[in-house]
Amino acid sequence: MSSIKTEDKPALDLEAVMKRLENADGRQYWRSLEELSAGEGFQEMLQREFPRQAGEWTDPVSRRRFLTLMGASLALAGLSGCRPPGGKIVPNIKDPDGVTPGKPLFFATSMPMAGYGMGVLAESNQGRPTKIEGNKEHPASLGATDVFAQASVLGLYDPDREAGLTYLGKPKSWEDLCASLKADLARLPKGKGFYLLTETITSPTLLNLLENEFLKDYPEVQWYQHEPAVSDNSIAGLSKALGVPVQPVYQLKTADVVLSLDADFLSRGPGHLRYAKDFSSRRDLEKLDSFNRLYVVESVLSSTGAKADNRLPVRAADIERFAHLIAFFLKVEGVSEPKGFSAAERLWAEYAAEDIAARAKGTTLVIAGDEQPASLHSLVAAINDKLGNNGKTVLYIDPVHARPGDRAKSLRGLVDEIAAGKVQVLFVLGANPVFTGGSDVGFQGALEKVPLRYRMGLYHDETSKLSHWHIPDSHYLESWGDTRSYDGTASVVQPLVAPLYGGRSFVELLVNLGANPNRDAASLVKDFWKAWFEAPAQASLKSSTTFEKFYRKSLHDGLVDGSRFSPKQVKLVADAVAESVKAVASASESKPAGKDNLEITYRPDEAVFDGRYANNGWLLEMPKPLTKITWDNAAIMSFKTALELGINLNTEKRPELEDGVYRSGASSFGYTGGEHGRAYVDTIKLTVNGRDLVLPVWVVPGHPDYSINVQLGYGRERAGRVGTKDVGADVYKIRTSQNPWSALGLKVERTGKQHILACTQGHHYMEGRHLVRSGSVEETKKDAEWVHKLNSVPEQHEEGDHDHGHDHKHDHKHEHGKHKLSLLPEAISPKYAYKQHKWGMLINLTACNGCSACVVACQAENNIPVVGKVEVTRGREMHWIRIDRYFEGNPLKPTELKAHYQPVPCQQCENAPCEQVCPVAATVHSYDGLNDMVYNRCVGTRYCSNNCPYKVRRFNFLQYTDYASVSMKMVNNPEVTVRTRGVMEKCTYCVQRIRAAEIEAEKRGKLKAERENRALDRQKDCQIQDGEVVTACQAVCPADAIVFGDLSDKNSKVAKLQQKVENLNYSILAELNTSPRTTYLAEIRNPNPKLTSSGGKGHA
Amino acid sequence: MPQVFPKYANVLTWAVILGVITTVSLLGVGAMVFARSPYATLKETAYTQPIQFSHAHHVNGLGIDCRYCHTSVEDASYANIPPTKTCMNCHSQIWVGSKMLEPVRESYRTGKSLEWSRIHRLSDFVYFDHSIHVTKGIGCASCHGRVDEMQAVYQHGTLLMEWCLDCHRAPEKNLRPRDQVFNMAFKPSDLKQSNGQPHTQATLGAELRQKYDIRSLLECSTCHR
Repeated sequence: MSSIKTEDKPALDLEAVMKRLENADGRQYWRSLEELSAGEGFQEMLQREFPRQAGEWTDPVSRRRFLTLMGASLALAGLSGCRPPGGKIVPNIKDPDGVTPGKPLFFATSMPMAGYGMGVLAESNQGRPTKIEGNKEHPASLGATDVFAQASVLGLYDPDREAGLTYLGKPKSWEDLCASLKADLARLPKGKGFYLLTETITSPTLLNLLENEFLKDYPEVQWYQHEPAVSDNSIAGLSKALGVPVQPVYQLKTADVVLSLDADFLSRGPGHLRYAKDFSSRRDLEKLDSFNRLYVVESVLSSTGAKADNRLPVRAADIERFAHLIAFFLKVEGVSEPKGFSAAERLWAEYAAEDIAARAKGTTLVIAGDEQPASLHSLVAAINDKLGNNGKTVLYIDPVHARPGDRAKSLRGLVDEIAAGKVQVLFVLGANPVFTGGSDVGFQGALEKVPLRYRMGLYHDETSKLSHWHIPDSHYLESWGDTRSYDGTASVVQPLVAPLYGGRSFVELLVNLGANPNRDAASLVKDFWKAWFEAPAQASLKSSTTFEKFYRKSLHDGLVDGSRFSPKQVKLVADAVAESVKAVASASESKPAGKDNLEITYRPDEAVFDGRYANNGWLLEMPKPLTKITWDNAAIMSFKTALELGINLNTEKRPELEDGVYRSGASSFGYTGGEHGRAYVDTIKLTVNGRDLVLPVWVVPGHPDYSINVQLGYGRERAGRVGTKDVGADVYKIRTSQNPWSALGLKVERTGKQHILACTQGHHYMEGRHLVRSGSVEETKKDAEWVHKLNSVPEQHEEGDHDHGHDHKHDHKHEHGKHKLSLLPEAISPKYAYKQHKWGMLINLTACNGCSACVVACQAENNIPVVGKVEVTRGREMHWIRIDRYFEGNPLKPTELKAHYQPVPCQQCENAPCEQVCPVAATVHSYDGLNDMVYNRCVGTRYCSNNCPYKVRRFNFLQYTDYASVSMKMVNNPEVTVRTRGVMEKCTYCVQRIRAAEIEAEKRGKLKAERENRALDRQKDCQIQDGEVVTACQAVCPADAIVFGDLSDKNSKVAKLQQKVENLNYSILAELNTSPRTTYLAEIRNPNPKLTSSGGKGHA
Repeated sequence: MPQVFPKYANVLTWAVILGVITTVSLLGVGAMVFARSPYATLKETAYTQPIQFSHAHHVNGLGIDCRYCHTSVEDASYANIPPTKTCMNCHSQIWVGSKMLEPVRESYRTGKSLEWSRIHRLSDFVYFDHSIHVTKGIGCASCHGRVDEMQAVYQHGTLLMEWCLDCHRAPEKNLRPRDQVFNMAFKPSDLKQSNGQPHTQATLGAELRQKYDIRSLLECSTCHR
């Protein structure tokens, strides 16, 4: 970590800030605390689009050398002809069936994520998987994917997976491996002393092999599990409450009110995609009467909390006590009113409970966060039962993964066995316990005591380094297998490509140790499902079809029909609440929250999860939804906590760094205007349970006071070339397996040093422009036109100017009022009659939950390069769509905090400012309304980006695209040009998909006209059906927030929606006369009217 | 006042000015001419192929349709080169011992692909789609020339963007009925107009443009994405 020495600056003036806030009128949208401080440095920052030192060359390469290099390449770029040499064409010997070069194929498969399957369609271009799409048929996602699925295709081609099968560093063959394992099992009687450590397993085939073959052959083999980032408290709590171990499946479609107790159900968990889709379907802007309501009580500001209608930040240690408060108001038997909450918190609980109690039975839902203790889960089961939700909004199914139990305890158990000398051979499958084991477990030391260690994994990581045998595992895109999803639905995992790095699957290894060796994974999976098909439970299936047909259908659809777990009939056991009462009683004896009694919460990271994706550039560079930090983790705390701890929030100019990388004090955060994202932040030393770690501080408004959140998965030592050096700090060092999710007794000390965080947060301050328009259901019912009334620009408007009553329509006959502030004169607005397609996009801010799947999907589809931390600090991240995140409210009153998301791709302006200024006509307008970007014409003046008011254009300042790594070439989408340095790029509405659909439609139409022996009627014959063209961002969105289509097609979803909720439809910066084709639907929430904050004084 | 410049400076000034103007223009014009020359565009340049496959013999002589080998031309953006198996379809029965065909047999036997030299190559940032052109009525010969008369394939056109735009601006110059697309020897005069006169490309093109509703697509994103 680079360190800077600085003298102590005075802390932010609290009094001044509070005073300003109290005098403020209307809604205060603000991004960062710097804005709020409105100090000198900040104002200066706003004046400049690029920071003061923009011209200065802060790279180690000197200016002279730069010119030399540029000069040389200029000389060589001359008359070498416009034609590349022909090269070779190398056809196959025999063409594979069904593969047409130039046409991608989609295969249904399933991505295992912490064991649970996510149904996906993998796009294969001539045998190379290049993109993951969602599988619309799959109940766990209904066509959505998350960032991990999108980035998984990059993980497939990761050159750091290269390590082959080795023993003590020497290459060995598969036969050698099997022989060695067989020999080990032979010398150990019945396998006694052979220990197996795996991650979560849901695969029915693998389970069958393990339970019915391997463990039957070797009954003394012990099987342990390790899953560092997933909690088992839910199953533990529910089994106590309901008598049997069960897992919940939530039916959010039928829930009118949802109360989340620290549950981030919209962005984490095996069912989160389905929950996001269902939740979003209940927030239909056309049906304001059936809007649901979400109450969230949480210890870390999450995307679920950002979408909440009413949100309360509460420390993790107090959540269970708060749940008692709710339960008390709901009159749950056995619960008494807990003390220690403020009047505001008590009122919140009372009104929320009142709202819930007033609803009909079975229409509400209370969800407990996975990381909360088991006793809370029992309590919540009791609450749901009382509210009649059991069997309606919450269903209970048998646990989906194998051998459910306390996995943290499992790992400790294994270490104890090692210490006792019982472990002769240890086989680690997946997992990375040396990195993720937890500081109290001491797995590294224990592992070194085991005489023989096998490790099967994707990377030669920390655990492989200490193992004798390293066996390359196969990625899910290159192996046969199966998975189960959140509701038990099974999907077959089918490979799209032969293993790239010699990986084999574990099932194949297992069968080679048994009596019936040399079966390949494909036949193992098929045989398992054949046996399942023939079982009496599937008699009805058997009668209607044959197994071959059924299996093919399962492979085609991406799920096995009939494999879903049926909900169980369970009843509450008598003492469901008692544990929770006991837990709360003992907790209330502890010290009250304060500077001296801080809490630490540990959460899996939104980008690298538990650390397994630490080498994935797409994920590392994805700005995290709420903090917008990339390439790092941080200690997140609230404003008040930071002030009390003496953290320096003042962002005046920083002196030079010692290590000389960033020279001349170029930019502190306060100075970086425009597109830079370099934040100089204090670092603190966190000490908990006798272990310490230094982390940079990040203040997030709305975070509960006296609680610090840290993210797992960074600071890896052997992740690969991308994720190893200087990428965050290893939080596992201060995490214990006894308190894996939160701990009290945290001590914090300022180190006096600083760290640079690459964060994309500081740009695009709203400055009084109404970019995000947020209102409530009530307001909309009272005044349907409130969104359009916000169209005028405050402050800059002169008196008497005509206030633009309604938004710019896409109907060019409409006469615009004259604005003083306009980028372009009226005359240029094209009176172009769009004869055919008129592509448009609608982004629904009510639905968007900031998950950033669209950001990574766009990166995968359009070959967007990764630029690295240093370039992100210069504001040069290349994402074509970014998600802006705004906060609203008073940072010192966390209960009133709201967070808003706004995805911003290129707006495809009809009256585009960028097109006017390009000197070489590299960006022009197409006949169907797209703003075309022609990479080969671009000479890199960057005038277009200069003129773009939305700043959605990304320039390749350096050679970001990796031309060198062979495997990286395979991940590129062949339909999109791979850009080199010096060209501008931006969102194209996935023009490659539009053109492909157009070509198909034209061919279809032409052939039809010919068959019918008549002239072609383009309108009738060459129609593109709505839904035929789906942009990458639209396809993956779990909340269906992006709607794209042909505006000239009256029946398209986008045209209909624009018309039906026209009152909520607006475009951003419309006053600049750009007529963007991408418009937004205002964000509507449904807060409890009794809990609406007093700060809401109507609209600005 | 003393003369600073000698007498010849008068001539020299003009010579230099005119010389510079001429040189720069000649260089400019020369560059443009050079870029369009067969040297730079590789027009009408044949290459050595692993096997001297003769289209003239197979297409003209034997009457094999283009699509027998170039199978994906009506479906996809690429018109592919056939796999070895396509050659072996016939040559496992005809000319089985021929020395000239030994590379084909070896390829089929060993599983090592034949490496043909690519004749038609567009830049990587150009996305050309064969299937739409073929469906809309542009004959193979319009762009590739009389391949059925080529002993060795060479590039018929310059493949420069201006060459593509030439047709895109006026598609009637190259349109033909869809059933004649694969007919290399097609001439517009083979068809008769409604008034009995034989067609010319102008009349045929105009009629087909109307019937097929051909747009002249000049958007950049048509080919550059």
